[in-house]
Amino acid sequence: MSSFWNLWIWVLTIPVLVLCVVLLVWNLKNYVGVPEDETTNHEVDGLKELNNPLPKWWTYMFFATLIWSVFYLAAYPGLGNYKGFLNWTSSNQGIKSLEESRQAVELARAEGRHVQLDVENARADEVFGPVFQAFAKRDVLDLAYDTEALKIGQRLFLQNCALCHGSDARGQRGYPNLTDNDWLYGGTPEKIKETLLYGRKAAMPGWEAALGDQGIREMTAYVLQLSGRAVNEKDAEAGKAKFGMCAACHGVDGRGSVAHNLPFGAPNLTNNIWLYGGSAKDIEETLRHGRFGVMPAFKETLGEDKVHILTAYVYRLANPEDLR
Amino acid sequence: MSQTKPLNVEYNYSVVRLFAITTVLWGIVGMVVGVLIAAQLYWPALNFDTPWLTYSRLRPLHTNAVIFAFGTSALFATCYYVVQRTCQVRLFAEKLAMFTFWGWQAVIVAAAITLPMGLSQSKEYAELEWPIDILITIVWVSFAIVFFGTLIKRKTSHIYVANWFYGGFIITVAALHIVNSMVIPLHLGKSYSIYAGAVDAMVQWWYGHNAVGFLLTAGFLGMMYYFVPKQAGRPVYSYRLSIVHFWALIALYIWAGPHHLHYTALPDWTQSLGMVMSVVLFVPSWGGMINGIMTLSGAWHKLKTDPILRFLIVSLSFYGMSTFEGPMMAIKSVNALSHYTDWTVGHVHSGALGWVAMISIGAMYHLIPAVYNKDGMYSLKLINTHFWLHTIGVVLYIVAMWISGIMQGMMWRAVNTDGTLTYSFVQSLEASMPFYLMRFIGGVFVVAGMLLMAYNVYKTVSSKTPAAQPAAAAA
Repeated sequence: MSSFWNLWIWVLTIPVLVLCVVLLVWNLKNYVGVPEDETTNHEVDGLKELNNPLPKWWTYMFFATLIWSVFYLAAYPGLGNYKGFLNWTSSNQGIKSLEESRQAVELARAEGRHVQLDVENARADEVFGPVFQAFAKRDVLDLAYDTEALKIGQRLFLQNCALCHGSDARGQRGYPNLTDNDWLYGGTPEKIKETLLYGRKAAMPGWEAALGDQGIREMTAYVLQLSGRAVNEKDAEAGKAKFGMCAACHGVDGRGSVAHNLPFGAPNLTNNIWLYGGSAKDIEETLRHGRFGVMPAFKETLGEDKVHILTAYVYRLANPEDLR
Repeated sequence: MSQTKPLNVEYNYSVVRLFAITTVLWGIVGMVVGVLIAAQLYWPALNFDTPWLTYSRLRPLHTNAVIFAFGTSALFATCYYVVQRTCQVRLFAEKLAMFTFWGWQAVIVAAAITLPMGLSQSKEYAELEWPIDILITIVWVSFAIVFFGTLIKRKTSHIYVANWFYGGFIITVAALHIVNSMVIPLHLGKSYSIYAGAVDAMVQWWYGHNAVGFLLTAGFLGMMYYFVPKQAGRPVYSYRLSIVHFWALIALYIWAGPHHLHYTALPDWTQSLGMVMSVVLFVPSWGGMINGIMTLSGAWHKLKTDPILRFLIVSLSFYGMSTFEGPMMAIKSVNALSHYTDWTVGHVHSGALGWVAMISIGAMYHLIPAVYNKDGMYSLKLINTHFWLHTIGVVLYIVAMWISGIMQGMMWRAVNTDGTLTYSFVQSLEASMPFYLMRFIGGVFVVAGMLLMAYNVYKTVSSKTPAAQPAAAAA
């Protein structure tokens, strides 16, 4: 804030508090010209006023709050640019990234500034960190069938994952169902953890230009046929002939990248599970314009210990039976 | 009273009468809408799937109706009555005074039409769109001209304490309304605030809190300083206390707005300053309560027989309670629990139903027979019943909101052993349901009392028996 506004705040604040003190001190004395307990001489419409002194307890309370106000404004930011002797602030304002935030926290610590948010975060890490560390030492498969770990996992899921995948984890259009044991990047604990820690980016290109209207229709027919639906045989035949362009990601047989140990996250086209809808119209749209899926990375925001428990929870969603 | 000089002034009571009657009328309307939306929170089907009956549109209608239609009509009525009697002159610019009545009614009717239509500036207690805001400004400036004109031509040398408060309230509300309503109009029913972001929020709550501080506190303290000593037949307790608490109240209230924005994007310094001033404000606020209640010393026995005085004195107890509660809730660490919960709603209603409504009702029971030239209200018994209905209703309401508010605050901050939240938001709502029912029942009590008041007022006003002595001299 500029020095003008800083001064403006001081000039308005201090006199108000001083005015209160002056008023109070002035009215402690009897200046009205009549003895205390008698009425003043202003009298109108049958209304009179006594010249009683201020109640003592009330006066003390007023002085006490005024003294407290001076202390508080000295200790905390209140008077414009003045920071207060406790060096307290609520948060590091103007932070735009986790990296900036980390730097700001370190800087505040080095300068001995008391940043409320940092202090509360540190306290939370101190109190809750050990809970997660204890779980992080155990195997994911072990945690997946541990009631306590699952409770925590569910809370983490509801607060971080349910927004896209739904509170029942059954997903929605564009966001995979996590309960059906059909995986885009693999359903082993290692792969699930990798997905959670680093996120995923999937890109299905659009083929409108390459295939043309006729080609799109034929490919749609073939893709439908792959999952066992009745289609125009001729179209499907023609589509199959061009499927080589899809095989790089979906595999020659269309069973997806997981089945062929490929890293692309290309779905299995033969099982009738559809991320973007399985009608002829949906598939045609996918083929024409492509699809782009993003799963965010949680390594920085949740940390590895929490992701470990979350991995167990997600694994359990698709593997309700303990087969160990 | 025996020392009162004989008077020959004929006061203008016609505008006072109109405002007094509309106080009762709008009080019922505003409180019925309040009861309806309280019921909607318990039985959501009561919006009948009709847009203009939804909670979101009726809630501002309720707040506007009780604050600006009921409360402000009571302020107009008592202000015009008190300023004439304490200045011992007729109103200045009587036609303008009559204009303030019809102008204000136009504002209320416009609000009652536009708010259910969904036209809103989306600023709490300042929802009305810009054409209505302009009308409010014109009426308010006229009000100031009438009031200060009357004050200037007064026949007394001293300005009575009630008028300090009325004057302070009129000037400040004008400033608040004009500054907060600055907008760029798009068309008749839509405008955009000229402020943006945190500044907009701060201007809004500078307005919002001082609507409470000056309209609902200073204005009604003016009312208190006339009707309490008058009804009790006792002198005001301490003249010097009234000086200290008036100036300190005026000087401190204007700073208190930021406490509505604790833990938001508002800078730390603004939050601290708002909190400090709010806490100091507690003491001058209590100055008013002390001066009112202690006015009764030597006449406590009158509370047994006079239900009007009981309304006035109990209103001061609620005033004291909510002005203790308010500064406490302005403390950041308390606010962290109370903010966004029903505790705030309870606090507002202990001020609105306990303080504002009770002092207004008491004042109306005193003023209506006087301006209609009657010896008293038609039935003292009905006033007594009204008192108990109202008191029980308010207590039910406040207690329900305390419990649900503190419970919500505790539920929202409860964490599991792993630091995650224990409850979802909807669980806290589910837990609040019994208290929403209790609040609704409290509201029904209050409205029942208001209906009794309407009947009592009707019987009083329509009675053919005039007062034993003419009102002007019956001081």
